[in-house]
Amino acid sequence: MTTQSISYVSTAEIPSSPPPGNAKGFPAWARQNLFATPLNSLTTILIGLFLAWALPPILNFLIFDAVWFGDSREACIVEGAGACWAFVNAKFGQFIYGRYPLDERWRVDLVFILFVIGLVPIAIPKVPYKGWNALYLLLVFPILAFILLCGGFFGLEAVETSLWGGLLVTLVVAVTGIAASLPLGVLLALGRQSKMPVIKMASVIFIEFWRGVPLITVLFMSSVMLPLFLPPGTNFDKLLRALVGVALFSSAYMAEVIRGGLQAIPKGQYEGAAAMGLGYWPSMYLIILPQALKIVIPGIVNSFIALFKDTSLVLIIGIFDLLGIVQLNFTDPNWASPVTPATGYIFTAAVFWVFCFGMSRYSLFVERRLDTGHKR
Amino acid sequence: MAVQNETGDPPAKSRGGSVPSFVYDPVVRGYVFQFLLAAVLVWLAWDIASNTAENLQRANIASGFGFFDDRAGFEIAQSLITYSSDSSYGDAFIVGLLNTLLIAVLGIIFATIIGFLVGIARLAPNWMLRKVATVYVEIFRNIPVLLQLLFWYKAVLSVLPQPRNGIEMPFGANLSNRGMIIPRFIPQDGFAIVVIGFAIAVVAAIVIARWAHARQMATGQQFKTMRVVLALIIGVPVLLYLVTGMPLEVEYPVLTGFNFRGGIALKPEFIALLLGLSIYTAAFIAEIVRAGIKAVSWGQSEAAYALGIRPSLTTRLVVIPQAMRVIIPPLTSQFLNLTKNSSLAVAIGYPDLVSVFSGTVLNQTGQAVEVIIITMAVYLTLSLSTAAFMNWFNSRMRLVER
Repeated sequence: MTTQSISYVSTAEIPSSPPPGNAKGFPAWARQNLFATPLNSLTTILIGLFLAWALPPILNFLIFDAVWFGDSREACIVEGAGACWAFVNAKFGQFIYGRYPLDERWRVDLVFILFVIGLVPIAIPKVPYKGWNALYLLLVFPILAFILLCGGFFGLEAVETSLWGGLLVTLVVAVTGIAASLPLGVLLALGRQSKMPVIKMASVIFIEFWRGVPLITVLFMSSVMLPLFLPPGTNFDKLLRALVGVALFSSAYMAEVIRGGLQAIPKGQYEGAAAMGLGYWPSMYLIILPQALKIVIPGIVNSFIALFKDTSLVLIIGIFDLLGIVQLNFTDPNWASPVTPATGYIFTAAVFWVFCFGMSRYSLFVERRLDTGHKR
Repeated sequence: MAVQNETGDPPAKSRGGSVPSFVYDPVVRGYVFQFLLAAVLVWLAWDIASNTAENLQRANIASGFGFFDDRAGFEIAQSLITYSSDSSYGDAFIVGLLNTLLIAVLGIIFATIIGFLVGIARLAPNWMLRKVATVYVEIFRNIPVLLQLLFWYKAVLSVLPQPRNGIEMPFGANLSNRGMIIPRFIPQDGFAIVVIGFAIAVVAAIVIARWAHARQMATGQQFKTMRVVLALIIGVPVLLYLVTGMPLEVEYPVLTGFNFRGGIALKPEFIALLLGLSIYTAAFIAEIVRAGIKAVSWGQSEAAYALGIRPSLTTRLVVIPQAMRVIIPPLTSQFLNLTKNSSLAVAIGYPDLVSVFSGTVLNQTGQAVEVIIITMAVYLTLSLSTAAFMNWFNSRMRLVER
């Protein structure tokens, strides 16, 4: 008996057996996420039916039935035609540059390139020399862009702003609005935090006024009332008037974003700066603002997205931004067809969407990157 | 600085002899700055006022608000009050204001419903539902609302068939390029009784709910409030309606010639504006709702389950009250945004305040200053009163911490 050994002892590890077929891969995933409960299954089936009903017509319109090539409306007025991409193709130059003279369009391209050169490195956190980069974007680039776009200097032919249009105007309004509203917004936010009653009052009234009215009335005001405010005989550019309105409007929103950042800075930072013997402006410039602005980068990007979308409103006061110029081209008898408006709007929506979605993803990325120690 | 002082350079104090010390006094400086700012602002206001007066005089434009009583002389396509071209500019102002409020109220209702549904769907256990909700939010949030309005108006509603071949909708409604025609309900003689009965039922329901709550607080005895209240609010009007002999006549739209007669005609401008604003704002509300629900930590639900509270009650009594505290402030600002965005009606020709007043009235009278000041004042009043309500609400709902 004693010599009898235990009947079986394994000498090697038993290889783990594969999970049962219904616990891995797509079936298991589908069971957990699509058919977990009867209600869940019903939802899945209903949505599936809805998609089967809605998607094919949309895809047919956008891709399969769409007219991709053609020189005139003849291509697009055929029975059952989908989106008339030929229209976008033919008018693409106008959509980007507006009525900017053909021979001078390289100047716009150059401005786009200069802008990207400044923007890309400042958007990537690892690239050094952020200060110089910001200086370029906020000071050097606007001057270069102004010289290049307006012309009239250095032998460049002057181009009136009434000829500008399309994506160019959209970007000019959005970028100018944000660039002007940043410094103004900082000043207003500081003013609102100020202990001096007059300054605080003035900032509060300014901010609440602009935040309380729709942008469209601001644009009406800048296009109708601004000329009345100035000394008689002064007459200035329509686009510039809109830019003034947009800048004042967005600076109020920017001020509120930056105020959020200022309030998030612990009191010890203010006290520490004061203890170092720094006066108000040095302590703001060296201690408070660098931290506050860093926290609110996502907020700034978000208000830039809002501003970018709002630029489309300038078409109501007769400035042809991207949406305006697309709409203007609907009236071209050479391209008038039942699907032209839908095509034009979908194209414009896609352009706006790409910009706004990209920016919102970037803002999310920055938010995650900054989410290190500030949250308490 | 410090090093300089140690090496014996004249310290700051000795400079005080040549410069009066109050220059460095923060209080005095504060007064100076404030005085300067006030002076600049007053000068600016004065300059603007005098320039405007001079410009107006040169252009021969009347000033003052006398134009309110003048004959307007233009028609307005949609009006909630009786209005004709013989009415005054003041009436036109009221028509525009009411139209703005109408679209704002309806838009807020629709946007809130869609927004809450989509926001909850984004947190649903069903993967497909989550993705569809995400796609909805990401598409409509990132496209300018003006573009969406124009799309619905010019690319969808305008290319619908004629009323004759319009799309038949349930309940006799018809959708065509002239807008939507829905049946009209005409109350007959006895209908007032139904309305009064409904009002009494609502009051009774409130009283019962209060009594049930007080009794539960005092004795712990529960009362099936929901069933009784529902029975009252639905049952009483239905019963009265049947008893009084169904005093509600339905007027269905009838196609005569090229257009419909009878029913209520919703103009395409109105539909496009309502659709565009609701869908756009709902995308933002969905995100707010999602963030609000996610802001309630999971521990709260776990604690409720640990206490033996059922999931449905946990949601109602634990999660939603805390989520609402996070949701409501940004929600009101979205409501305000929707109201302000309704001014985009001018782009598609819906006769709202901006379109009627800052558009037609301004062009006819030329009194830009008065007209735009009034328009802005209306929106400012709406915004500031909402902000005041929000402050009150926030102070009431603020978490009382120990």
